Amino acid sequence: MGVSGGYSGFRVLKEGVFGQKGWKPVWRDPDPKPDYDIVIIGGGGHGLATAYYLAREHGLTNVAVLEKGYIGGGNVGRNTTIVRANYFLPGNSEFYSHSLKLWEGMEQELNYNVMHSQRGLINLFHSDGQRDAFARRGNAMVNQGDDAILLDREGVRAHLPYLDFDTARFPIYGGLYHPRGGTARHDAVAWGYARGADRRGVDLIQNCAVTGIDIEAGRVRGVQTTRGAIRARKVAIVTAGRSGQVAEMAGMRLPIESHVLQAFVTEGLKPVIDHVVSFGMGHFYISQSDKGGLVFGGDLDFYASYASRGNLPMAEHVMEAAMTLMPAIGKARVLRSWGGIMDMTPDGSPIIDKTETEGLFLDCGWCYGGFKAVPGSGFALAHLIATGRHHEPAAKFRLDRFRTGRGLMDEEGTGSQHNLH
Amino acid sequence: MRIPCPLCGPRDRREFAYQGAAVMLDRPAPDAGDAAWDDYLHNRANPCGETRDLWFHEAGCGAWLVVTRDTATHEVTGAELAETVASS
Repeated sequence: MGVSGGYSGFRVLKEGVFGQKGWKPVWRDPDPKPDYDIVIIGGGGHGLATAYYLAREHGLTNVAVLEKGYIGGGNVGRNTTIVRANYFLPGNSEFYSHSLKLWEGMEQELNYNVMHSQRGLINLFHSDGQRDAFARRGNAMVNQGDDAILLDREGVRAHLPYLDFDTARFPIYGGLYHPRGGTARHDAVAWGYARGADRRGVDLIQNCAVTGIDIEAGRVRGVQTTRGAIRARKVAIVTAGRSGQVAEMAGMRLPIESHVLQAFVTEGLKPVIDHVVSFGMGHFYISQSDKGGLVFGGDLDFYASYASRGNLPMAEHVMEAAMTLMPAIGKARVLRSWGGIMDMTPDGSPIIDKTETEGLFLDCGWCYGGFKAVPGSGFALAHLIATGRHHEPAAKFRLDRFRTGRGLMDEEGTGSQHNLH
Repeated sequence: MRIPCPLCGPRDRREFAYQGAAVMLDRPAPDAGDAAWDDYLHNRANPCGETRDLWFHEAGCGAWLVVTRDTATHEVTGAELAETVASS
């Protein structure tokens, strides 16, 4: 990356001296051209990362990213920013491992501060059986080359002294510690990839909703948009919770149901929670943002929804879980809550695949885990679009696994059926 | 969110368990083939707007309902007994 427009400590000092007048918009705002090699529908984290890796890894820059709203305004700006690689099943395990490695090099590579903070993630357990399951998961993570440490009760207490260890229903037996897990600044990830893609020649087109997908003789020819028709040799649908509507334009029905997942943030507090803490039995997890807000959430509301907001019963449930785990949180005041639209698959694992239409690709089904997958998903989809072959760590994210039953990745072991994950 | 149970009247959403799209009532024949079964089990229209889905009045009368509601606004516009829908 050249010095001009690059970020550095020196630049920050210089701009400070000259009244911060040298900062310029970091990506262009082009009108769509009539024709591209590749069109990516969806300017969220996954779509932007895909465009970036198409340019960087494959030298493909005649690419447009079409975003119906503004860059970073969808799920990439509506999550709880957790980054981890603690999956158990083959397929997921190698994918998230690769994605975490990309995270670890992201800031240097993008010359962009995404505030990636590997503060450590602790998943709590509350019974002997759960300890066995977590020991097994930890071994799978270590076998994958990632890090996992099984903590006993006192080990957890050394890290998280503020928890209530002796609740009647879920006394804390220990936790699985994933030191490389952590958080990142979600908007910055979108902005960093947007800037990186734009600088390599990708057109990021905002306020451009796709209204149709042109298919002739089984081959994709382009898209219709609110800013005119755009021809393209290849089109990728990377639209998360809206995947159902976009796929319908190509005559497809997907194994996806869109659900609402709520999250909450408190007023800014002094540093109190150093890690990401996950209390699975209470459907609760929490971390503290660099701004000081406690960021926490729970489980799905468990009904199909596009409302981007949930209902009060789940909000109450999350607050109860918070009070159970760490009664001190009762002193904090909740500032706001929001909901994201989760593209839920029957087995809870994602899809990165070709479709029956030649040149049309699909990247969706990230359920409630899409944020940490942003770099890995972009890398894998770019590889698939550019080479026609699946990227090895993402090779099991096939669309046909539901039809055939082969290669289902059901991390929770609850079954491959809607509404179980 | 309240659901107007035909047997119990309008009841709090917390009394109900959600199952999924009401297409689950249209079970294919056992020998319909794997494409039909795949479609039935997995693929969904997943509409943004009016939808019909199955709810179980778990903490009430125990009836299965087909609820008509809007996925964009959470407005509930109707509920029928699933057994009536299935037999019609």
